[in-house]
Amino acid sequence: MRDVREYDQRLDGREAHAPAPAPTAIATTGLVRRFGSFAAVDGIDLEVARGEIYGFLGPNGAGKSTLVRVLCTLLRPNAGHAVVAGHDVVEEPQEVRFRIGAALQEAALDDRQSGRELLALQGRLYGLTSSEIRIRLVEVLELVDIGSAIDRRIGTYSGGMKRRLDLAAALMHNPEVLFLDEPTTGLDPTSRDSVWSEVRRLNSELGMTIFLTTQYLEEADALADRVGIISHGRLVAEGPPDALKRSIGQDVIVVEVSGDDPTAIGALRRIDVIDAVSREDQTITIGTSDSSSAVSSVAVALSRTGLEVRSLVVRTPTLDDVFRQLTGARIEAVGIDA
Amino acid sequence: MRTRRGEPIRARESGFLRDVRSVAGRALRQIPREPASVLPAVLIPAFFYTVNLGALENLARGAPGFSYKAFLVPMAIAFAVTGMSRAPTLVTDIQGGYFDRLCMTPIRRVALLLGLMAADVVVIVTLCIPVLAIGFAVGVRFATGAPGVLAFVALSALWGLVFTGLPYAVALKTGSPAAVNATFVVFFPLFFLSDAVVPKQALTGWFSTIATYNPVTYVLAALRSLITSGWRVGTLMEGLAAVAGIGIVSMALALTALRSRISQGA
Repeated sequence: MRDVREYDQRLDGREAHAPAPAPTAIATTGLVRRFGSFAAVDGIDLEVARGEIYGFLGPNGAGKSTLVRVLCTLLRPNAGHAVVAGHDVVEEPQEVRFRIGAALQEAALDDRQSGRELLALQGRLYGLTSSEIRIRLVEVLELVDIGSAIDRRIGTYSGGMKRRLDLAAALMHNPEVLFLDEPTTGLDPTSRDSVWSEVRRLNSELGMTIFLTTQYLEEADALADRVGIISHGRLVAEGPPDALKRSIGQDVIVVEVSGDDPTAIGALRRIDVIDAVSREDQTITIGTSDSSSAVSSVAVALSRTGLEVRSLVVRTPTLDDVFRQLTGARIEAVGIDA
Repeated sequence: MRTRRGEPIRARESGFLRDVRSVAGRALRQIPREPASVLPAVLIPAFFYTVNLGALENLARGAPGFSYKAFLVPMAIAFAVTGMSRAPTLVTDIQGGYFDRLCMTPIRRVALLLGLMAADVVVIVTLCIPVLAIGFAVGVRFATGAPGVLAFVALSALWGLVFTGLPYAVALKTGSPAAVNATFVVFFPLFFLSDAVVPKQALTGWFSTIATYNPVTYVLAALRSLITSGWRVGTLMEGLAAVAGIGIVSMALALTALRSRISQGA
């Protein structure tokens, strides 16, 4: 123990901050952030291991960005605790700042600097020397391809280029934990693919912990080791993408219907082989462990209701189904109670 | 991720002055890329100086030895440097999210503001050059000589600096470009209800009363004394006191606004 403490003391002052040996990169307990009476983050418990890619999935306004801003020390929580890279975001925000990098939702850049100037400034603010900045510029630009545009004004960059530069800026000081808030929203598929491969590379080659928010299910599916689903400021489900998909049954039956019959959902729920049912507008999504026998039962059950079946498709589940299942179930529960 | 020497490069404390320099350097780099942001501050004083001189010089000719040309130079300087700040850049940063990016770095929060103010001082000193050049061109000479010119520039810079507190306070409080532009309005009553254009002896009634209590009157008097009267310690002290008074108020406003902007709003 003593050895460790002496080591820490030597690292005080202008010495480099060594990575803390904490096994968890991000841990929150009962985290709440309100704006007025509205709780954007409403009691979130989260644990992200070092070296993990954690995908935080939810629709617009679910509280994703607010959570990221709390974890990045930009917003104070109203209740609960958050520890990032071994330090409490409220008690030791400065220690957290040394260890994290973030690319927030809107690429936060300055149009009148060149890419190189922006990255160099970023390095200086993190205390890097000029020679370290030169080294990091080379290293970061190997990871994030910006090409010859690096010496052009940022105002001339395309959306995809700005995102990449923003990512590069977040990496200049070699952070332990990287936050990416909707890194591909608004990008064309090619730019999105390159961001994806950069994220994978940072994680696999450098072991960087990455906390990524997204409203795209396929993005969470493609990148994340574990996915947390957020709805109305609460974590409603969490797990590896495959486990989440399995949680709603082996297969999914999607039925397009017309008409209205409030008893239909209840009728479907009574079928033995059906695990979960949700409805959103004219689409009923059914999770089942035995699709072959469920299909006929579903068709029969629906034919006895006032709904007309327009199409019926069986497929393997996606995170989209999990999401609809969780959020749709909630909306529907309100309808049944009423 | 290691350097070629095998040591990992990690973030560390950067030092307060280095932070201020980094922020100021970035702000100054922007200026030649957007000359429109400082061009009015060169043209407007030149315009007012010429127009006032042309329109009023004959009327203002009075006491022997009085030079309206010299009298107006502080007016032109005040026009050049007052309200000249990087606050519009700050608003852009706040709106665009770059300010958040800076706040996520370990930079000392006060350096975010002081860096911009340091850049302002550089700009203000630079803006004094064309105004003084016009003055010299029409025959104005400093009774205090070259050291007086330096003192004149220093006092002008201080005055310009303290006035920046106001636009920064508004920028940090509102994040609105329109509100920042509106702060220039404060300058008008302060400026025109002083003896900027007409000598104090010629002012009468309520106008004279207001001018007497207007700190700008004393700043201008101090600047003017350096040109026309020589080293008048009392006048210079009054001018410095006026600058300090405005400075205390404006800097308090700016720092309060900075604190509330970065308080993470718990």
